[in-house]
Amino acid sequence: METNGATANPSEVTRGVAPLARLQQLLDSIGRSIIQFIRTAEGLVAFALITLGVAFSKFNASARVIHPLVRTQVYRAGLRLLAMTSFLACALGLVIIGQMVGLLSRVGAQGLAGTVMVTVVVRELGPLVAALLVLVRVGAGYVIELGTARAMGEVEALEALCIDPIHYLVVPRVAGLALSIFSLTVYFIIVTLVSGYLFAFVQDVPLTPGDYFKQLAVALTWEDFALLALKTCSFGAVIAVVTCYQGLARPLRLEEVSGATTRAVVQSVVGCVLLDICFIVVYLVM
Amino acid sequence: MKESLSSAAPRSKEAAVPLIEMIGLSVGAADSSESALVEEVNWSICSGEYWVVGGLPGSGKSDLLATAAGLNRPQRGTLRWFGKEVSELDEEGLKASRSRVGIVFENGGRPFNHLTVVENIALPLRYHRNRSPAEVRETVEKILQFAGLTLLANMTPSRVKPAERQRVALARALAMSPDVLLLDNPLAGLAAQEARWWRDCLADLSAGHDIVGGQPITLVVTCDDLRPWADQGKQFALLNQKRLMPMGGRVELAHSAEPLLQELLAAQFSTGQI
Repeated sequence: METNGATANPSEVTRGVAPLARLQQLLDSIGRSIIQFIRTAEGLVAFALITLGVAFSKFNASARVIHPLVRTQVYRAGLRLLAMTSFLACALGLVIIGQMVGLLSRVGAQGLAGTVMVTVVVRELGPLVAALLVLVRVGAGYVIELGTARAMGEVEALEALCIDPIHYLVVPRVAGLALSIFSLTVYFIIVTLVSGYLFAFVQDVPLTPGDYFKQLAVALTWEDFALLALKTCSFGAVIAVVTCYQGLARPLRLEEVSGATTRAVVQSVVGCVLLDICFIVVYLVM
Repeated sequence: MKESLSSAAPRSKEAAVPLIEMIGLSVGAADSSESALVEEVNWSICSGEYWVVGGLPGSGKSDLLATAAGLNRPQRGTLRWFGKEVSELDEEGLKASRSRVGIVFENGGRPFNHLTVVENIALPLRYHRNRSPAEVRETVEKILQFAGLTLLANMTPSRVKPAERQRVALARALAMSPDVLLLDNPLAGLAAQEARWWRDCLADLSAGHDIVGGQPITLVVTCDDLRPWADQGKQFALLNQKRLMPMGGRVELAHSAEPLLQELLAAQFSTGQI
């Protein structure tokens, strides 16, 4: 029944307001996410710059303590992952590279094998796989270790002993992960290329080892070596900075450590992928 | 004869200057910048003194010590170390002064769990003084012996008893040869025998032990039970209703009618009730 022409029907009002409210909620949510993202990025950049500053200003300070810590991290994130890296490199070599060489030979394009290998393995697969492996096996552990140390008050104890927590806890991890990911990538690439050829050889691909490695050598340029070193060290630095930031940047309660670990893994993956995109642009420009 | 672990020069030079001085200082909680836990602190800690600060649990004793050690930034007021304003010290000055102020935290003393007992004690020596492994070993062995930790040297703190963990924290603080040692409720949760060890040890340090070069070390102890300290401390203070109230020496303590003091001397509460 219509009582007043000026008064809107309640159902019409609800129909009109509800989508508006939902839109507002959606915009609020997007806005909050953007602000959160900016704050996180800001914190990470600030933390990275502080770490860089400490690394340079205290480059040789307390070498008797810091150098063994770097070696420990290299052992932990490099040597101890060799077995796992070998397994992954062989598996990927057999599954992807071997099949690709076989396929290229079947269409008579074995002359492109070197270029494809360099593009796929040296530029992309090697650095990314090594970085993800280190992130999962070591990076996540960093957040737990540092988050627990922070929650237990060990960081304040370091400060009480005039030991800079960034110098003692973060710098060796950044240096260790950068060196480890670089070394693991080189190892991964060699094992992948060799195991890939072995698989192709088993498939009777008409490609001699000499031709295969000659193609690789021709396809590789000095920029590949330089960018590989830069890229892998950058991945190591990104993973170490993100995981240390999540563990140390703010006081954590013990129950918050698992959430911080998940955040660190996600942010590290995003960071590495964004960095990878930057390097792809560099490769395309060159 | 045991070798001195500390340098005597700075102490004699600055004998007249308070080692730690607080002027109109307000102390906030470490994890919050809101309301002050302790306000208007005017307190001078001079060389050779043995302060005992009593207060109920949650009254801000730990935060007061953390602020005195330079770990928490004061909300207001001035903090001076060895006559110099802390906020005006440059990085090197801050490092030099802070290394002369040791702190032993409450509840196990926060040793580094990834290091063994011996590595915990050696860490500040190796980090700051860049000593050779042989020199570090010699110094650490003396400290281990003093703290009764020789048998636990190669164990990680998580594998030793909480009382021994607290000793590790003391040993680690002593490795820096501090002029002032701040101890946050060191007897909390300790058995009578262990508490006796601590009181004897601190009395030795206050009197001047070989481990600190034979010079009396300045001590500041906080507690929520004054009974074990009544015959130990030389100066007493109470934290009551956000204020630090110096009470004087043992004589003044014995004649004071302050209700909180009576409560702490009778220790009629337990931490669980607060």
